[in-house]
Amino acid sequence: MTLAANPPRNTPWSRTISVLRDVMSRPSGAIGLFLVAFHVVLAIVSPWIVPHDYKAMNSAMMLTGPDAAHWLGTDHLGRDVFSRVLLGGREALLVTGIATPIAVTWGGFGGILFGLIGGRVDEVLMRVVDAFLSLPWILKMLVLIVTFGTGIEVLIPTLAFFYGIPVIRIARAATHDVVARDFVSAARARGHSRLTIIRRELLPNVLDTLMVEGAMRWSWMLLAFSSLSFLGFGVSPPTPDWGLMIADARGFMSFAPWGVLGPVIALSSLIIGINLTADALAKALGIDRAQKAPV
Amino acid sequence: MLRMLLRRMFLGATTVVIVSMIIFAGVEMLPGDACTAFLEREAQGKLLENCREAQGLNRPAVERYIDWASSAVRGDLGISANGQKSIAELVGDRLANSLLLAACSLALGVPLAIFLGVVTGLWRDRPVDLILSTLTIFAMTIPEFVSATVLILVFSVWLGWLPGIVLTSASAPAAEFFPEIMLPVLVLTMVMTAHILRMVRSSVIEVMAGDYIQMATLKGVPYWRIVFRHALPNALLPAINVVALTIAWLLGGVVVIEVVFNYPGLGRMMIDAISDRDLPVVQAIALIVATVYVCVNLSADILTMIANPRLRTLHMRRG
Repeated sequence: MTLAANPPRNTPWSRTISVLRDVMSRPSGAIGLFLVAFHVVLAIVSPWIVPHDYKAMNSAMMLTGPDAAHWLGTDHLGRDVFSRVLLGGREALLVTGIATPIAVTWGGFGGILFGLIGGRVDEVLMRVVDAFLSLPWILKMLVLIVTFGTGIEVLIPTLAFFYGIPVIRIARAATHDVVARDFVSAARARGHSRLTIIRRELLPNVLDTLMVEGAMRWSWMLLAFSSLSFLGFGVSPPTPDWGLMIADARGFMSFAPWGVLGPVIALSSLIIGINLTADALAKALGIDRAQKAPV
Repeated sequence: MLRMLLRRMFLGATTVVIVSMIIFAGVEMLPGDACTAFLEREAQGKLLENCREAQGLNRPAVERYIDWASSAVRGDLGISANGQKSIAELVGDRLANSLLLAACSLALGVPLAIFLGVVTGLWRDRPVDLILSTLTIFAMTIPEFVSATVLILVFSVWLGWLPGIVLTSASAPAAEFFPEIMLPVLVLTMVMTAHILRMVRSSVIEVMAGDYIQMATLKGVPYWRIVFRHALPNALLPAINVVALTIAWLLGGVVVIEVVFNYPGLGRMMIDAISDRDLPVVQAIALIVATVYVCVNLSADILTMIANPRLRTLHMRRG
């Protein structure tokens, strides 16, 4: 697909650095990377810098407006909104940060394997993949979550499993582009095992696509996670989470809009940051993402 | 051509069959069944046995699957666990309401997206394009519940122009949903427009860079004639598939929107059914949604095939 366009590979490190430099040189990429880095750092340090205890309720100051002590006012239980906004991305980043690599790894490996094997098996398995994709994500996930509970030990495997399925498709298509090339035939003729062919010949060629796909999946997973929280199926209170905070504060929006605006801006900036980075990464690696479907 | 059409339809049908198996197997694997959900705490001993006997839950799974699938084909989706009502009846109104929502958004979003996509594609990197492309990223990436909340805040709370919540009952005729339906339609249109616009834009740019466009320009064909006669028909063809995928996305995204606006559609019914563990209803909705998804994609493929002479003969070249 984009083999010819790729620069000659040196060591993995120098390539990573040159790609990063390329991403940084694009305005959207620089903004995106900055936003992502900002949120990741914030998620790590926030427990030490929050001005108030996130679960300290105060019945004397419910839904008060922004002031010097509470920069974003207080919520309906008198908790400090600013502290909760600072902490509200931790759970989301933790869950999606673990689930995304798992999803890309198993989906990518599966897709490469299907693409390499081909034939009947591949045809049948792709029908199953299509069938899974034809069910709305929210239905698949809610059924599992309602059955097994809402903790992160359920959310991580659930997200990782369902978001790996579309990756299979992408990885398979990317594999099909290289599998018929001479160097793969040569490796086959040398009698290499499938595993060796995948590791040495296919993976290096599919890796770029998988990286971009991973970045995209991450933002979609974050979207799914926060939607689940919003619907009341994500993290459980009193853990601060942006989706949950928006759901809670929505009812008081007419007289206390600050409760909604804080988490809205925080969540939006993170998701936009990931998307801008993914776009810039796709351009830097020479992968056309504009033709990709929204699903 | 005909062979390819038939093959495509066969694949679609296969997908629906596999989906129905996945749905059935998935629900089967969950702990509890229709009877435990219906009887709740009393679900033990004789009572549970009798209920299972009455519902035919003691038969082997394969037999029940064939039974369920064949009655679903005839339009009989079974009986809900909680209300003991026919699911086909329960789902009917809700499905119509969801389709109304989708139809309004599509009617608004598709022409708008194509128009703006062509504009941004032709005026690439000009201010119009930069502004619209930035807005597109916002509309595409921000979760639906966030944009919905912001729009309610602006249009309903601050400006007071549109109602922020739907109070019409599920069985009301379509006309009664106005103006309450307008904000949900606006949110869906926004997201949908963004996806289609992006696709149309890149497709227009690609086509306009083609050799035959350059050739026509060199021959002195007027610019707008090139655009309308030569470029657009080719550029808009891929849009059919994106519209289809967007509709498919709508089926999932609409769930959140329906909850936010309290809209009585299929999506909210699904959430309620899942929370209540009304498994027969969950199964039925899953099957309906998946079938719609497959049908939409199938029609898009067929439309593209009919419209594009190159795709019609693709299988000959590929062998």
